[in-house]
Amino acid sequence: MSQQANRPLSPHIQIYRWQIAMATSIAHRASGILLSVGSVFLAVWLIAAASGPDAFASVNGFAASWFGQLVMFGWSFALFYHLCNGIRHLVWDVGVGLDLETARLTGYAAFGVAAALTLFVWIWAFIA
Amino acid sequence: MAEFRLPKNSRISKGKKFEAPKGAKNVKTFRIYRWEPESGENPRVDSFAIDLDKCGPMVLDAVIKIKNEIDPTLTFRRSCREGICGSCAFNIDGKNTLACTTRITDIDGDVRIYPLPHMPVVKDLVPDLTHFYAQLESIEPWIKTDTPAPTRERLQTPEDRAKLDGLYECILCACCSTSCPSYWWNPERYLGPAVLLQAYRWIVDSRDEATGDRLDDLEDPFKLYRCHTIMNCTNTCPKGLNPAKAIQETKKLLLERRG
Repeated sequence: MSQQANRPLSPHIQIYRWQIAMATSIAHRASGILLSVGSVFLAVWLIAAASGPDAFASVNGFAASWFGQLVMFGWSFALFYHLCNGIRHLVWDVGVGLDLETARLTGYAAFGVAAALTLFVWIWAFIA
Repeated sequence: MAEFRLPKNSRISKGKKFEAPKGAKNVKTFRIYRWEPESGENPRVDSFAIDLDKCGPMVLDAVIKIKNEIDPTLTFRRSCREGICGSCAFNIDGKNTLACTTRITDIDGDVRIYPLPHMPVVKDLVPDLTHFYAQLESIEPWIKTDTPAPTRERLQTPEDRAKLDGLYECILCACCSTSCPSYWWNPERYLGPAVLLQAYRWIVDSRDEATGDRLDDLEDPFKLYRCHTIMNCTNTCPKGLNPAKAIQETKKLLLERRG
């Protein structure tokens, strides 16, 4: 039994082939974390708005800079992806759509619809 | 907890290389994980170039050929060579499956073969499945009844029997459980897809009378609810079963029971 302690662990995530189902799952978690971080910034922005025009101007200045907009672009994609894939999870929770082909298609759909919604919102934001 | 890097003793070092025999026209290279318990060395990946014109069509044929003709120390499990015993489950080309039902020509480039992922290795392609079997035993995968035994078989309607389709075919090869990231990170407390599919197989069996106890046993933050519907299990099952669906149906039964 002394040998058991020396036994190596077989490789796992290093060698496993990535599949759409796996990618949607990890992206769901990653986008959830990004949304939590982003909501802190949202709170800062609101607190700044309540504190007065000077504080608001500096925070809003950052948000309106090209870098701030890039971050918000990413954040909005995370939001829409988390929403779309969240709906996918809700449908799964009633036991529907768990066959391989449907799960594969809805996986691509979650990414696609999220991308479309993100672009739509940003185009709309720049036009309006 | 998720531990992405392999422990120090598990990191893969450079392996040996075996060239194809002279005059071979149809050469394919097999890169196979090796670990020798007596050597005291880290695992390595050996590469074997073999002549496919002198080899059977399946990955298992090639692995047996390597053992017979090139390196007799290559160690692996195999038995039925027709996908019903579940012994030759490896990670082949990045996916867990049975070597005996995987065609060599379906794989592009080199054929990479590793033991089932995130398991203690006994030797080469042989993982230690002791814990996996202990988990299976823990769900008591046999019929349990309170009513006295009838004088003949316990009958079942065709509809009730149909509920077992897609469940009873499981051969317990452990491909699904060892493909599941949740099982990789919580192998001690999460039961994993194979065992949960078995648990569901007994929960829906109309002849079993311990359904409530079985559900009670699964109502646990780790045993069942570490499933996050990643679906690697269903994607990898060499028998085409759907453990993710079985797990979801179990979650639904627990929810419905709460009223």
